[in-house]
Amino acid sequence: MSYTSHADLGGQAGYGAVVPEPEGELFHAAWEPRALALSLAMGATGSWNIDIGRSARETLPDYARLSYYEIWTSALQRLLEERHLADTDEIEAGHMLRRGPPVKRVLHAGEVQAVLAGGSPTLRPSTDSPRFDLGQRVRTMSTVADHHTRLPEYVRGREGVIQRIHGAHIFADTNAQGLGEQPQFLYTVVFAGTELWSESGGARDCQSLTVSVDAWESYLEPV
Amino acid sequence: MEVGVCFCISGDVVEDALLLPGEACTEYVVDLLRRQLPRSTDEASIIGNAGTGNTALLITTLNALGYVRVMPAHLETQSGESEHSELGRMDVRVRALETVLTQKGYIDPAALDVLIDTYQTKIGPRNGARVVARSWADPTFHDWLMNDATAAIDSLGYAGRQGEHMIAVENTSSRHNLVVCTLCSCYPWPVLGLPPTWYKSAPYRSRVVRDPRGLLADFGVTLADDVDIRVWDSTAEVRYLVVPQRPDGTQHLTESELAELVTRDSMIGTGFASDPESTK
Repeated sequence: MSYTSHADLGGQAGYGAVVPEPEGELFHAAWEPRALALSLAMGATGSWNIDIGRSARETLPDYARLSYYEIWTSALQRLLEERHLADTDEIEAGHMLRRGPPVKRVLHAGEVQAVLAGGSPTLRPSTDSPRFDLGQRVRTMSTVADHHTRLPEYVRGREGVIQRIHGAHIFADTNAQGLGEQPQFLYTVVFAGTELWSESGGARDCQSLTVSVDAWESYLEPV
Repeated sequence: MEVGVCFCISGDVVEDALLLPGEACTEYVVDLLRRQLPRSTDEASIIGNAGTGNTALLITTLNALGYVRVMPAHLETQSGESEHSELGRMDVRVRALETVLTQKGYIDPAALDVLIDTYQTKIGPRNGARVVARSWADPTFHDWLMNDATAAIDSLGYAGRQGEHMIAVENTSSRHNLVVCTLCSCYPWPVLGLPPTWYKSAPYRSRVVRDPRGLLADFGVTLADDVDIRVWDSTAEVRYLVVPQRPDGTQHLTESELAELVTRDSMIGTGFASDPESTK
């Protein structure tokens, strides 16, 4: 086991109270919007996909100590270095020290609105039939993946019910490893609060709680 | 000394507002000016002399040459010495990234400005508020939104990045929906804009799936005991918009008046729509 995500937080204790924030308060330092925009602009070059980006963030060793945009900045630097697009010595020097490999495309100011409006849909055509039906009981896999995955730990090995079928979507696990889109059917699976929390001491009012995740087909098996 | 400055050339802002401790700011400014700004070697020399350790003089000189204007609003945004150096460190690092990536031809700095402006002024929770208000006012739109949220929302002009696959979920007197991304920060950008800090934070992500009532108390929100809670964990590329309950006594309001009652938090599930009496 070599892959460790520091971002899988659902159900963990000890993080304290939430601090609400007024609407419209988007950034807390002048560098934060630049950091956001840099990540978006470099993402648009096609040098990596969104799942590779998430994987780079969640595996940062100091994830828990960094602020949100520090995480984005560190992951961006890591992705750039891994691809030899920009090296640490250049960031420290504050200017280019050597040319880098070409990128597939550059996001120009005039294209931003169209690119944002287009987005990156993950739905893919499929002639297959979904393995599971609406209302069917399923169990999530209990094995821990040795790579980026989107099945949270708190629902692993739990029984739930298929509530929605979303069609075939790019599979995050393979996409994050550079193994291609390999689309799979995606389902909303609902779990009773009692199924998730009873044995671990429970949650307040878990009788009246249901929680759903969106799970790809290979995360699930019939009950 | 703390300064916040905004560099301009011929009216074009080439540097964002900088927040640096005095000395770092001075060095940064002088370096930048030597490399990029001066119209003549005389000016470079004047700036260089002014910049040797005296930020106030430097700023005055730059102001006289027409290169900068001081942004008073930025003078009050920081407190505490350690925070100064921390902010300075990140400022320098992000600036370095931008410079290197620009020099290599990977990014267009003007595109960064457009991206920032878009999420600061165009794409935010007022978009979602208009979607909710329309669904309250128009039963046909409401049904469309509940059956095909992506298309219904698109019809109002809100589509794209981080909202490619939308689902709307409706709060009622017996059921309350809450949205989270326990694995990162997935959020429906076209309708709500960028997520608030708490939405991306460990306290919210860890607790909402396990103790939603306790979490709602942090927001000052209390639900009746007989209300079922449903939490949607956005673990794939489907994004969720909560349609809050329409407040009582709003039958006479126009759609735009209704939209004013729809708060960001009410569309995540950590709040209710505002009472029309309280917003008058």
